[in-house]
Amino acid sequence: MSRNLILGTLLTALFTGAALLSFLWTPYDTGALVIAERLQPPSAAHWLGTDHFGRDILSMIMVGARTSIAVALVAVGIGMGAGVPLGLAAAARRGGWLDEVIMRGNDLIFAFPSLVIAILITAIFGPGATNAIIAIGIFNIPVFARLARGAALPLWTREFVMAARVAGKSAPRISAEHILPNIANLLIVQGTIQFSLGILAEAGLSYVGLGAQPPVPSWGRMLADAQTMVALAPHVAILPGLAIVLMVLGLNLLGDGLRDRLDPRLRVVRA
Amino acid sequence: MLSYALKRLAILAVSLAVASLVIFLVVEVAPGDPASYMLGINARPDTVAALRTELGLDLPKWERYLAWIGGMLQGDFGTSYTYRAPVAQMVTERLWVSLPLALYALTLSTLIAFPAGIYAAARRGRAGDIGVMGATQLGIAVPNFWFAMLLVLLFALKLRWFSAGGFPGWETPLAALKALTLPAVALALPQAAILARVMRSSLIDILHEDFIRTARAKGLSRRQALWRHGVRNALIPVLTILGLQFSFLLAGAIIIEQVFFLPGLGRLIFQAITQRDLIVVESVVMLLVFAVISVNFLTDLAYAAADPRLRAAR
Repeated sequence: MSRNLILGTLLTALFTGAALLSFLWTPYDTGALVIAERLQPPSAAHWLGTDHFGRDILSMIMVGARTSIAVALVAVGIGMGAGVPLGLAAAARRGGWLDEVIMRGNDLIFAFPSLVIAILITAIFGPGATNAIIAIGIFNIPVFARLARGAALPLWTREFVMAARVAGKSAPRISAEHILPNIANLLIVQGTIQFSLGILAEAGLSYVGLGAQPPVPSWGRMLADAQTMVALAPHVAILPGLAIVLMVLGLNLLGDGLRDRLDPRLRVVRA
Repeated sequence: MLSYALKRLAILAVSLAVASLVIFLVVEVAPGDPASYMLGINARPDTVAALRTELGLDLPKWERYLAWIGGMLQGDFGTSYTYRAPVAQMVTERLWVSLPLALYALTLSTLIAFPAGIYAAARRGRAGDIGVMGATQLGIAVPNFWFAMLLVLLFALKLRWFSAGGFPGWETPLAALKALTLPAVALALPQAAILARVMRSSLIDILHEDFIRTARAKGLSRRQALWRHGVRNALIPVLTILGLQFSFLLAGAIIIEQVFFLPGLGRLIFQAITQRDLIVVESVVMLLVFAVISVNFLTDLAYAAADPRLRAAR
């Protein structure tokens, strides 16, 4: 295993594990405000210190990981769920009107400044995790559609697909049974990259107050709260950011490592 | 080239039309009536109705859409519901912060990324390359608003070299530039990381080409071949990314402006959203989309001009 893959897997497992553990146990209750213990630096009692409400930062980061991972994961799910079938359909009808409509639609979504539209959507339909998921998910659709189409196109000229066509299988069946398994690796690698971009997007939206709402802890929200206290207690601002960096770094390394392992020839587009 | 440009122009026009329709519809279904919002909850229904008529809110949707688009084409973005000022004027004022910020960040990102990418490609697989690649991996993972907070912590609060936020205006150009420095660095770093990676991989691809071998056979040193034949050709894909980055920077500035309390387009959007000043929201978003789509269009043209193979391929 490459170093990238090991380090990426470890970091991803660390945060996923912390998120899962937080359902059962956190060092402290994230809902309990202990004003007397506010803005404490890291200590034996609070490994990562406390925030301006006296909440334990380690516990907040653990529960925050839950929010980040859930939002990013569902957003990737939306992108894959809608994008891959569209891309496969476009490849199956190469050059036809369906292909043209799908690809032009993709270009259009690509052309939008995603952050601006995500802000627009969450601002208008109300801030919150669900709308953040939708806003991030929409922009994952063209990424997967393009990738699936591009990877599927050369497969349609291969012998095993020809054989399936001669056997009388329909285009959707060929796409599902023969094309999809062959492009799955590529989709998984792109999935980890979109996952990491989703974590960053969620953090950005929560930071401007449009993501998960209090009292649900989220990394972006923690940073927004910390901003006015950065001079008094730098750890409040540094630690949640570090969690984001390590999580995103882990996913990117995992993506790179997987790509090298699954197929060194693959080149994944980093949008 | 002309037919390619015309085709791209047609796509540009259709994209803009569809984008404007989407933005209009999204804002249209927004809950909350601007007129009742402006007058407060104690307003009498007939006053609200009168204001709705005055703002043109009682007209049919398609008529308002056409009026909005028609106005925009003539540079009239409508009148802000809350400030009662022309939106075009508000946007222009804010652009004087957002646009220089994006350009400043783009310049910094290019200045960092080009040397870093070229250096890494020239030392492929060696310590210098691994160091640069590690740094870019980290740069991509850092959220720019968090990096901005760290910059404030170090350079504004500890060292006191810069102010933590605010903007003095362009009457004092040096002070204005200074106020934009930390935000520009924060915006530029993650972009520079991506750009450096693109520059490196593009240059590595080029260095395998036959013409580089020919140049070496002709007697050019590695360094000469790299600079005279490698870098110039490697710039083509980098150009596309640069175009994309400009739009990222313009949109990314929205969040960075919040960190530094800069009176740019980003703050304008957030204020407008909280005040239900929908005409401002619509117009600013449309303007940003227009900027992004146009920059992409120009990048495509530049790309096609630089590499004739693309014109045939599309």
